[in-house]
Amino acid sequence: MSKGEDATSSERSPAITFNVNGEVRIANVPPMKRLLDVLREDLHLTGTKEGCGEGECGSCSVRMNGELVNSCLIPVLQAEGADIQTVEGLALDGELHPLQRAFLEHGGAQCGICTPGMLMAAAQLLEQDPHPGIVQIREALAGNLCRCTGFIRIFESVAAAVNPENAHLATESTSGHLRDAREEGPHAR
Amino acid sequence: MGRACYVDDIEREGMWHGATVRSGIPRGLIRSITFDRRIDWSEFAIVTAADIPGENCIQLIVADQPCLADDKVNHCEEAIMLLAHPDKHKLREAVGAVRVEYEPLPAVFTIEESERQDVIVWGADNLLKTFLLEKGDVDSAWARASHIVEGEYRTGAQEHLYIENQGMIAEYSATSGVTVWGSLQCPYYVFKALRPVFDLPEDKIRVIQTETGGAFGGKEDYPSIIACHAALLAMKSGHPVKMVYDRMEDLAATTKRHPSRVRHRTALDRDGKLLAMEIDLATDGGAYATLSSTVLSRATLHSTGPYLCPNIRVRATSWATNYIPYGAFRGFGAPQAIFAMERHMDEIAAALAIDPVELRRRNFLHVGDNNATEQQMREPVILDQLLDRALKESDYHAKRAQFARDNPASTVKRGLGIAAFYHGSGFTGSGEVYLNSLAGIDVTPDGKVRVLASNTEFGQGTNTVLTQVAAEALGIDYAAVSMASPDTGIVPNSGPTVASRTSMVVGRIIERAASQLLALLREHAGLDATYTQKEFLAACERYRATHGEVVSLCRYEAPPGIVWDDQKYHGEAYGAYAWAVYVAQVAVDTVTYSAEVEDFWAVQEVGRVIHPVMAAGQVEGGIAQGIGYALYEKVVWQDGRMANNQMTNYIIPTAQDVPPIQVYFEQIPFRYGGFGAKGIGELPHDGPPPAILNAIHDATGVAFNAIPLLPEDLYARLAATEKMAAQ
Repeated sequence: MSKGEDATSSERSPAITFNVNGEVRIANVPPMKRLLDVLREDLHLTGTKEGCGEGECGSCSVRMNGELVNSCLIPVLQAEGADIQTVEGLALDGELHPLQRAFLEHGGAQCGICTPGMLMAAAQLLEQDPHPGIVQIREALAGNLCRCTGFIRIFESVAAAVNPENAHLATESTSGHLRDAREEGPHAR
Repeated sequence: MGRACYVDDIEREGMWHGATVRSGIPRGLIRSITFDRRIDWSEFAIVTAADIPGENCIQLIVADQPCLADDKVNHCEEAIMLLAHPDKHKLREAVGAVRVEYEPLPAVFTIEESERQDVIVWGADNLLKTFLLEKGDVDSAWARASHIVEGEYRTGAQEHLYIENQGMIAEYSATSGVTVWGSLQCPYYVFKALRPVFDLPEDKIRVIQTETGGAFGGKEDYPSIIACHAALLAMKSGHPVKMVYDRMEDLAATTKRHPSRVRHRTALDRDGKLLAMEIDLATDGGAYATLSSTVLSRATLHSTGPYLCPNIRVRATSWATNYIPYGAFRGFGAPQAIFAMERHMDEIAAALAIDPVELRRRNFLHVGDNNATEQQMREPVILDQLLDRALKESDYHAKRAQFARDNPASTVKRGLGIAAFYHGSGFTGSGEVYLNSLAGIDVTPDGKVRVLASNTEFGQGTNTVLTQVAAEALGIDYAAVSMASPDTGIVPNSGPTVASRTSMVVGRIIERAASQLLALLREHAGLDATYTQKEFLAACERYRATHGEVVSLCRYEAPPGIVWDDQKYHGEAYGAYAWAVYVAQVAVDTVTYSAEVEDFWAVQEVGRVIHPVMAAGQVEGGIAQGIGYALYEKVVWQDGRMANNQMTNYIIPTAQDVPPIQVYFEQIPFRYGGFGAKGIGELPHDGPPPAILNAIHDATGVAFNAIPLLPEDLYARLAATEKMAAQ
């Protein structure tokens, strides 16, 4: 940090106090600093990612007072006194959240950069609707862009986190049918 | 958990931040650069072309692209100057406070303008590259033809839109030279670019890949530029420097897919069999040559589709314009060429009044046939089987009949479209021989079995597949094998992570290195014919005690019979082909003029599927990008600059837009691929655009020959057609 702007502005501004992943945190930062930057730069919680900086891609999704928000659009002053949950707060005592396990098992993450935001959006959904169908899953994740998976395996991961038996049914898709082509004999000439 | 470290998550002691001053015009001479006095410039490190210790050139194929523009700019957003400061929040204002004065020169913005050569913007003739592929005698075929069908097809630019923007951290010291960490596909490409810019020996350059948040070809060539920039700032400032683009800069300044224009003229006999194909394929390469020649090569070699035709002529050209240089993007020219070919097949079917499925079936390549380059198909070709499966799974014939009955009374018109295609795996022709990849396996003193390869993970599964191949070949647990760090100081050059080559080509080298290691251990360390993992590791330790390092490296070996003539474009173009038949179901709403892909079936043969979940994920992701390419993604250019360089207005498919995707693999293990694998990563991007536009033709009776096809384009044609019908 430079000695200029941040030091003087934090002298001027009262510290922000909020609860992040169950811990009280105090940040001496300018009040208009983005919640995303405060989480990443000041609290060193870099699990929350920046994809677009304008609330389109959802990579910076965190939960704030039980709502899903784009942390790139929240000036940190709005988070005063708030309960914030980031992806670092999903796993409890090193035990992966069922969504995290399902994403791992069902190919819900490829490059991983959208995954933290996607997990937060999915966690938000499951809290509000513990048994979502494909329509609800699609709608809940519509604000989170993934460029790798085509979303199919993400839908399946969320469905599997709810009920491992019904992942395919929930997503109306198949999971890559394998067949040895020689079983039926090639039609080659 | 959020613990994976991408480049922007990494801090180095004393690190500064870098930014780029870019050209505001598409072409011109730089007259002067002035610095606004309201900024205290003494706080900044400032780098211009004059600070480059070596050559001012980004090495790739042709040495035409400067690292920093010196006296002239050739596209908007070309880098002119670099700034670094300890506080990243100070950089935006500083970039805006550097004023560059230009003497503008006329610029070229279309393939047609470049072809006219009224204004020369590159070399002697604007021509970045040309290929001529000839088979048989096209000229004498026209007279014998029962039908001649012509068509012109166009594709637009496409943005990769990896969710992680480009980024790099660099350090410099006189003793250890340049070290960079970054988001990249090809550590040794960056290595090759840094050396001449800094005029340093090989042991003074080190490139380390960090977790990479998507690439799709966008991090094949561009990272060389940002790595050189960050390293120049690190040298000048004496601090580690991080450069991470924000989304607007990334969209405006980095590479995209080459736009194309493909003209087909096709002769057919009475039965709809192909007699001759004449293809004129042109791409817009942008301001510098970068990878345009190799993209054009792949486009040329995929332009005739998976069909048997005795007489072929393909003239391919890539033209310079004053846009950002176009670069690598999943499919690498093939999606453009296949869009044209497969859309044209439906045009031929319509002209001859033959069912599009039947027309394809009559012309498919089979085992023993020669394709356009007269490469004989020696491995099994099961296109008929793939087609049958696609028709059955999609219930194609019943659905088409149903739609034909329902459409007249409905404002929503439904249709089905098909695309059949192949994708060559690995580098073209003799490319793999030139690459001469080196890869292998070592066992560290603490008992870690590591895969040594410079191939990188960026979501597509490199690490899983290569460790799986090594574990299987060594006969030990998958969990016992890991990838050595993707660091040029540690791993050998096993070639770039591109061209769907990793599983097939590098996988095969790893498999051979494993056999070689087992042979060494049997000969020198008493490893038995059967062994447990513990016995394997014990043998490694015995070998270490008597022979030193436990390491096994192998070089690429071409499959037998690979002969390629680069001049005539004749011979074995690819070591293997992956084959596919895709079906799209599309609904066109004639009230809103939106086209929606409702269902999608993807049947393919990609050799042995090493990891079914990840393979299906590759196919689904590629199809989603293909849907975006066809129906959503439009780069809007204004005076040479991308006008919609935001996620708000460059639209990609969301969770609400992607249809159910049914993925089927028909497996035929490929004997020269890593555990039977062929390439898979790029194939799924090739099929969706033609399948979707063919479905729209089926639904509406109107042929659309250009992508992206947006609602306004549908409106313009469909409304006019309705008006004519009403009169």
